[in-house]
Amino acid sequence: METFHHALKFKYDLCIGCSHCTSVCPTGAIHVEDGHPILDNNRCIDCGHCYHTCPVNAIYIEQDDFQTIYHYKCPVILIPTLFSAQFPEKISQRAILSAIYHLGFQYVYEVEKSVDVIKAMINERVKDDQAEKPMISTFCPAIVRLIQVKYPSLVSNLLLIKPPLDLTALYIKKVLVEKGVPAEDIGIFYVSPCAAKIAAIKSPVGEDKSPVDGVINMNYLYNKVFRIIKQGLYQLREDEFDFHPLSKNSILWSLTGGEIKDMPAGRNLAIDEVHNVSDFLDKLENEDINNIDFLELRACDESCAGGILCAGNRFLIAERQRKRANQRPKVVSPDENNLLKYKEYLEQSSKLGEVMPRSMDKLDDNISIAMRKMKKVFEINDELPQVDCRICGYQTCKALSEAVVNNQADIKQCIFVQRILEQTDKLTTMEALKITKKVWGEAKLDKYSIKNLDLE
Amino acid sequence: MNFEYQVEGGDFTNAGTTSSIVKKMMKQLGVQPDIIKRTVVALYEAEVNIVAHAYRGTITVDLDEKKIYVKLSDEGPGIPDIDQAMQKGYSTASPKVREMGFGAGMGLPNMKLNSDQLNVTSVVGKGTTVEIINFF
Repeated sequence: METFHHALKFKYDLCIGCSHCTSVCPTGAIHVEDGHPILDNNRCIDCGHCYHTCPVNAIYIEQDDFQTIYHYKCPVILIPTLFSAQFPEKISQRAILSAIYHLGFQYVYEVEKSVDVIKAMINERVKDDQAEKPMISTFCPAIVRLIQVKYPSLVSNLLLIKPPLDLTALYIKKVLVEKGVPAEDIGIFYVSPCAAKIAAIKSPVGEDKSPVDGVINMNYLYNKVFRIIKQGLYQLREDEFDFHPLSKNSILWSLTGGEIKDMPAGRNLAIDEVHNVSDFLDKLENEDINNIDFLELRACDESCAGGILCAGNRFLIAERQRKRANQRPKVVSPDENNLLKYKEYLEQSSKLGEVMPRSMDKLDDNISIAMRKMKKVFEINDELPQVDCRICGYQTCKALSEAVVNNQADIKQCIFVQRILEQTDKLTTMEALKITKKVWGEAKLDKYSIKNLDLE
Repeated sequence: MNFEYQVEGGDFTNAGTTSSIVKKMMKQLGVQPDIIKRTVVALYEAEVNIVAHAYRGTITVDLDEKKIYVKLSDEGPGIPDIDQAMQKGYSTASPKVREMGFGAGMGLPNMKLNSDQLNVTSVVGKGTTVEIINFF
């Protein structure tokens, strides 16, 4: 099986082995060995909860070298509308835009330029009574991956329409080529507010290749642009548009409720934050919940405003975004948003390929072996304390049981099991120490490491 | 592998607990998603029937490499005419209950649709036993 590409990476030299990342992972993708987190590539959905929680910034987001923009004669930057909402209000949209041009981009576009086209398509599809309901949005790539690994039976509910990023990129290529720019000179760079979108571009789900040529970390760009503005290095541009020609709903799209806003018919729900989404999908799989037509699901609290690469407070970003949206009309004309003139072309290219289930829960490919393993997991788990203390290096007692059954861990990694065995002389303190050191590394258990504590 | 769960009549809050547990196990065994879906739909429907109509019930689950067998036995009013109950749209619900959107008479037919073998036996005044078998 081909493994997922992940944008989240660990810096072991900074990692202090606290295992907080292990505890917050919604898919149990991280365990600790030798004092460091180990990522299970098949489970990780790039939601970024670990990145948020790491106290020493030992998790970083992979990105393309910024210099690659200069490899193209016509570098184009594609920024989410959220980008400008991160700056203090006194900094104008025009200043932000001018500073981005100063970096060397030929064209600046906002990702949500194609939202009006996509919204119309979704609304049309949701009306279809014959289709499998609820339809689940594919906008948030972390959610698509969550469904693939954890809710394989819901894969067929995914609404296979490409996200705004893809359609806007297609539009840009088309329009620039029409203007006479050679296709090979165009380099489209997407500014991502999260790890999941980076991962989705590097290994797309339901597409052979992303239409984007490179990815820029939004936090990186924010700092670069802010510095240019602070130092007054840019020329204020008068000729270009100043972010404005988008409709109200396009600007609201990436916030919670943005996709279901003004949906004409049916029951629609917007749920944000990955644990909330998981709870809901658990119920949905049981058919507890009926008659829902469309689900907007987002992995981050406050949706993209809570993306891990956003600078600043998610609620303030969302508030600024709403403020901007409220100044815009609901409908814009094709003269204001030129992309609308390409509606038919974009609609033809809007279909996302099939998304395959890839269950991570499976204990073995062979059902007889899986059955035997499951029995074992139950047996082992019954004996464990259910404290989920993570001293064994795993997120839960159940996770340790599964690792033991798969020969990836030793049951004696459990500190309670160690204490019990020590009482009956089945394990010496030195042996127990050796096992724990294998999980947490030498340094944390070095006998001289707490010399300054008064323990008398 | 055998498991047993208890269901309390009238406890709608926890209806679906057994379906959830069974679903998790089937996922771990790597059963095909569509078979999991069918089983969970049938089982959930049966579980809710106990909660809605019976005093209490016991669910036993028997999982092996080839199939899942679930038996739901309840202590309750029983079903007087099972053949009738199996028909689409047949319901004993009062017009008042139907007005609220319940009692559409799809419970048993829906269970049948989602199981490879469905067996319902009942003694009026004593209780009902539902057996569901789905093959992998």
